[in-house]
Amino acid sequence: MERTLASAPVIEFRDVAYVLPNGKPLLLELNLEVQRGETLVLLGRSGSGKTTTLKLINRLLAPSGGEVRVNGSSTVEANVIRLRRSIGYVIQDVGLFPHFTVERNIGLVPRIEGWEAPRIHNRVEELLQLVGLEAKIGERYPHQLSGGQRQRVGVARALAADPAILLMDEPFGALDALTRDELQREFLSLKQRLSKTVVFVTHDLREALRLGSRIALMEAGRLVTVLPPEGFVRSDDRLVAAYVRAFADGCELVAQRGSL
Amino acid sequence: MNLLHFFMENRGQILELSLEHLWLVGISTLIAVLIGIPLGILSARWPVWNRPVLGTANIIQTIPSLALFGFLLPVPWIGERADRLAILALTLYALLPVIRNTYTGIRSVDPAVIEAGRGMGLTGRQLLLQVELPLALSVILSGVRVAVVISVGLATIAAAIGAGGLGEFIFRGLAMVNNQLILAGAIPAAVLALSADFGLGWLEKRMRPR
Repeated sequence: MERTLASAPVIEFRDVAYVLPNGKPLLLELNLEVQRGETLVLLGRSGSGKTTTLKLINRLLAPSGGEVRVNGSSTVEANVIRLRRSIGYVIQDVGLFPHFTVERNIGLVPRIEGWEAPRIHNRVEELLQLVGLEAKIGERYPHQLSGGQRQRVGVARALAADPAILLMDEPFGALDALTRDELQREFLSLKQRLSKTVVFVTHDLREALRLGSRIALMEAGRLVTVLPPEGFVRSDDRLVAAYVRAFADGCELVAQRGSL
Repeated sequence: MNLLHFFMENRGQILELSLEHLWLVGISTLIAVLIGIPLGILSARWPVWNRPVLGTANIIQTIPSLALFGFLLPVPWIGERADRLAILALTLYALLPVIRNTYTGIRSVDPAVIEAGRGMGLTGRQLLLQVELPLALSVILSGVRVAVVISVGLATIAAAIGAGGLGEFIFRGLAMVNNQLILAGAIPAAVLALSADFGLGWLEKRMRPR
C-alpha cells in the first residue's frame, strides 16, 4: 500500500495539447509524469513550450486537449484556488508585491488562509532563515532589495504554506553568474532538507544538469525526451546531442581562451 | 485697494457662494468616484467593456457644458431643481478622468505581480482589493484630481441655470459690466481649484507605490 502510494506520479500529463485561441498550437501530445520528490527540469529554447507546460500544472492555463492530473485529480475539475495554494510558484521576474513589506509578501498566503498573526510571524522568520536572509530584511520593501535577495524572498514566499509541489520558471535567469551559482547551491541544499517535488524551467543546460533528477528536453511544443543528467550528456538523440554540443563548444571556448 | 475693500464688504456672500460651489463640486465628484471606479474596474477586467464605457464617457466630455445643462432640463426629477441638474452635469463630466485613470492604473500594474498573485492562489477579489487597487491608487487619485479641477471651473456655469455657486458673481458682473463682481467669483474659484489640485496632488504622491 505504502509503495503504490509512493510510486504514484504527483503530476501527470496525458496527451495534453495547448492551442491559442487564434489556432496556434503551443504544446502538442505531451505525455509526462513527475515523481514524488524529484526535480524535473524542463529544458528547451524560447518558445519550446516549457512555460506553457508549467502553467498547465497550476492551471494558470487550462489544457485544450488531454488532461493534467495533480495528486491524482484533474486540474480542470479541482478547485483552482485550492490547487494553486497547494503549489508554490516562483517566476523569473519574482513579482513581489511592491506595496507590501517582505514579511507581508511572504506571509500573504498564510494570512488569507487564516493563520494567527504570531504563527505567520514565526513562519516568516523561519523561511527567511531557510533562504539565507536575515530576519531584519522582513521589514524592508522589495525595492530596497538586491536581485538575489528578491529572488530569495520569492522562493520563501512560494514555500510559505508548505506546498508539496514547487514550480520554478527560470527563477535564476535574471541574476548575475555569481549570484546564480550561489542560489543554485542553496537550492540543492534546500532540496535535501525539504522533500518537495519540483518542476524547474530553464534554457541553461548547465543549470539543468546541476539541479535536475531528470531532464525533459522540449522543442517546438513537443517533448523530445526525458533523461537523467548522466544519460542526457551521453544520449545520441540528435536534438539532445546538439544541445550538449552547443554547451560543450562554449566550455571549449573558455578552455581555449584560458590557454592563450 | 478698491477690490480688497469690495471683498471685505461682501465677505459673507463670497463665503456663502464658495461653500455652495464646494458643495456642488464635492457631491458631484463623490458620485463620479462611486460610479467611475467600478466602471473603470469593469473595463480593465473585461476588455469588451472597455470601448463602450470609455467611448460613452468620451462623448459626454465633448458636449458643451451649457448645452448639457439644456439637455438635462426636461429630465423628470432632475430638471425640477437647478442644483440637482448642476450636480448631474458635473458628475457626467467628472466621470471620464475617473474611469480612464482607474482603467489605466489597474492595467499598468506589473504583469509579473499579477501572475505571481494568481499563481499563489489569490481569488479575483483578493487580487483586486489587495494588489491591483492599492497599486493603482495614486493613478486613480490623479484622475480624481483632474475631475475636481475641471468641476470647479465648470460649476461656475451652473449659475446660468440658477444653481448658485461662485458663478453668480461672474454672471452678475458680466451683466452689470462690473469687473469687481466678476473677480469676486473668479478669484475664489481659482483659489478653490488650486488648493484642490495641491491637496490631492500631495495625497497622490503619498499613495504612490515605490
